[in-house]
Amino acid sequence: MGYAEAGFNLEIDLTRGNIERVACDPNLAKLYLGGLGTNAKILYERVPPEVEPFSPENLLIFGTGLLTGTPLPACNRTVISTISPQTNLMAYSMMGGFWAPELKYAGYDKVIFRGKSSELIYVWINGDKVELRDASHLKGKGAVETQELIKKELKDQNVQVAAIGLAGENRVFTASIEQGRSSASRLGIGAVMGDKGIKAIAVRGRKDVNVARPMELLQLCNEVLQYVKEREDKPVPNVMPILAGLGSPQEMLHTDEKWHTENFSWGNSRERRKDFWTKEIEEKWKDVQENARTRLISCYNCPMKCGAIISLPGMSTYMMKCFSKLTYNMAAFVDDLEFGFRIAQRATEYGVDGFSTPQIMAFAFELREAGILGEEHFAGCPDDNEGKFYWILDRIVLREGIGDILADGTYWAAKKIGNGAEAYAHNNIKKHEQLPLKLGMLNPIYFLMYSTGEKCNITQIEGQFPQAPFATMEEREEFVSDWVHVPDEKFKQYLLDWEMRGERSNPYYPTVDMSVDIVDWQEMMHYLDDAVGMCAGMSSFPLKPPYHIHNYPTIISAATGMEMDEEGLKKIYRRIRNLVRAFNIRRGLTRADEKPPEDHWRKRFPELEEELLNAYYKFKGWNSQGIPTKETLLELGMSYVSEDLEKRGILSYE
Amino acid sequence: MSKAMKKVKVIKIDVGKCNGCRACELICSAFHANPKYSSNNPERSRVRVIRDPLKDIYLPVYAGEYTPAECAGRNRYVLDGREYSECDTCRASCPSRDLFKEPDSGLPLKCDMCDGEDEPMCVKWCLSKALTYEEREEEREEEPKLGEMEIGLEALVNRHGLQKVMDTIARLSKKG
Ligand code: SF4
Repeated sequence: MGYAEAGFNLEIDLTRGNIERVACDPNLAKLYLGGLGTNAKILYERVPPEVEPFSPENLLIFGTGLLTGTPLPACNRTVISTISPQTNLMAYSMMGGFWAPELKYAGYDKVIFRGKSSELIYVWINGDKVELRDASHLKGKGAVETQELIKKELKDQNVQVAAIGLAGENRVFTASIEQGRSSASRLGIGAVMGDKGIKAIAVRGRKDVNVARPMELLQLCNEVLQYVKEREDKPVPNVMPILAGLGSPQEMLHTDEKWHTENFSWGNSRERRKDFWTKEIEEKWKDVQENARTRLISCYNCPMKCGAIISLPGMSTYMMKCFSKLTYNMAAFVDDLEFGFRIAQRATEYGVDGFSTPQIMAFAFELREAGILGEEHFAGCPDDNEGKFYWILDRIVLREGIGDILADGTYWAAKKIGNGAEAYAHNNIKKHEQLPLKLGMLNPIYFLMYSTGEKCNITQIEGQFPQAPFATMEEREEFVSDWVHVPDEKFKQYLLDWEMRGERSNPYYPTVDMSVDIVDWQEMMHYLDDAVGMCAGMSSFPLKPPYHIHNYPTIISAATGMEMDEEGLKKIYRRIRNLVRAFNIRRGLTRADEKPPEDHWRKRFPELEEELLNAYYKFKGWNSQGIPTKETLLELGMSYVSEDLEKRGILSYE
Repeated sequence: MSKAMKKVKVIKIDVGKCNGCRACELICSAFHANPKYSSNNPERSRVRVIRDPLKDIYLPVYAGEYTPAECAGRNRYVLDGREYSECDTCRASCPSRDLFKEPDSGLPLKCDMCDGEDEPMCVKWCLSKALTYEEREEEREEEPKLGEMEIGLEALVNRHGLQKVMDTIARLSKKG
């Protein structure tokens, strides 16, 4: 009997309609845990670099985390991996909610799709019984609506459904996969699902998930819950409320949006709206939000309430989390928050990424204003800001007219449009829209996380190290006094010495080496979370979370029975990190791609930035081009990667 | 029959506070696993959250008595603007539905308030405080003394034979 893992994957060949239940290699967990780790291993072995995102040979993998389905609070992630149509690199977007635990209970660790179905289908995984069902009646239906229709069809409210909307069907590059209150939005995985002809995957499970050392794991879970309770009464002092607590950004709870609205250059803007947050807006927005939100809700087995049910008259109910309440509003320059809730409803049904999509929409209108896109492209477009935004959203999702070009995202659209449009695609890293931030002084930690992150996701750009120095020494001392999360005591000193101004401030402090150290720690937590299936909101993302590098080894060991210590776990992290990197290198990722947008910071330091990247690569055991060296790969027992890179002429060894 | 004070265990369910995380289901099934906590499977849980998020329905329901036959009528309740079927609020392990049955054997499940714990595990794991626990004393009719039960049983044994009675009791106790 295996522990934590179900021990089987579902292999579904859509072209032939063939479904197989395949036993997993039990050794893989020891090397790569699960989730992202084992997804990446499968992609590396089975998807050679010639394979295009929309080719039948591309795989679409729905993976559960290694510990998903165990009693570990907040361990509920589904990690979806494929080739991104937008970046042509590995996409590994994830969703919380209820889907992955249900898949484990159904007896599977992953569902691996290959090929393409000629007709639109949905997959019904009912424990051992798995079928591909006709979905022609769901064609064009909203992503939320589809989930409801399937649950009704199967007559079971406990079925968990992951579905795409029209955007996925039309292969819009920012198409998401929606499921309950969660969505996997980044890098266009919904487009790949649509390309494969899968409208939805419904799952129901009734099997046990076993753990190796039950009493010990229970004790560890209780400690996590106890800690969460304590933190509720004791937020981190001296930081803004949004940074003081646990979970994903508590956007559904908090109504004070002064910081977010005024500090991001929303939409496609280059400027911040520095005095946006007036008293009047504050009061109105609070009313609107409290009125729209019927309940705060959670993912599976998590005490935090990051999501909400949103219900407004004249519109069907949906669920929301994180920032999408702001992204459309601010991008459209509409100051009424109700518009945000209403357009997000349509966008959620369409199934699009709430981060990239509003940027693309704002980009379109900037091009129109600049005369780069002529009026002929906007025939029928209303004049008011709200109307304009609904109109362009429809065009993009339907891939109609200019929408067809925009649906590929700002990078590819700008290339196609030409005529100076590229200067307007100014928020991209690795061809993907990033957080619309235009800041003053370069922060070396963020520079590295932005540049080198391969998840292209905001949560990978933040971590357990504070975003900014504390003003006073007392505040710093208070912060480090219970900072058990640091992998090494030296990190406390980095923070104690970090000043807001002067010699020991950004961009030269934290120093290059310190920055690399800090980034490696943040990255490590993200990679481990993505492999065990933990929500970043309870681990790698917030300050002082319940999970960290010191309790992870015991937790993993108690749940799985594998022997595990910090060194061993760090090695696993490095293995996964190198595998994702090698996969992307093989697909053409280069050093030149690892660059934040020109105007991301007003003050740039080209030499320092080169130095940071050099030091980061060196620390990782990569060459100056960001390619893992043979030595590094062999140390991690990955000769299959080094041989492959050698054979392809990517690495040449003396 | 004489009266006596009896401890009544009460779980108070505040549906307004439920965040729908289903931790109660998970930990209940883990507590009742054999060995304790060695596995979990919400399908084995003695509490289930009736969820219909888009209708804002979040209703934790506990497994009660087994019933061999379903009700003749199924009423519907509208509470606070939300419509519930009678089955949503019903605790019975009943032939009309899958709820509260062991997934392998189909045997009925019943909440035992986590016998032996100071409070039920679902309450401990409900950080939203949708589930809270109270104990109160209530006056109750005393249960029949063993002597009386023996008399009754003897009568049954005389009528049906010992083996048949024992088989029946074994079957009943399985249904728990
Ligand atoms: S912290 Fe929030 S996003 Fe994370 S699992 Fe819990 S409810 Fe879901």
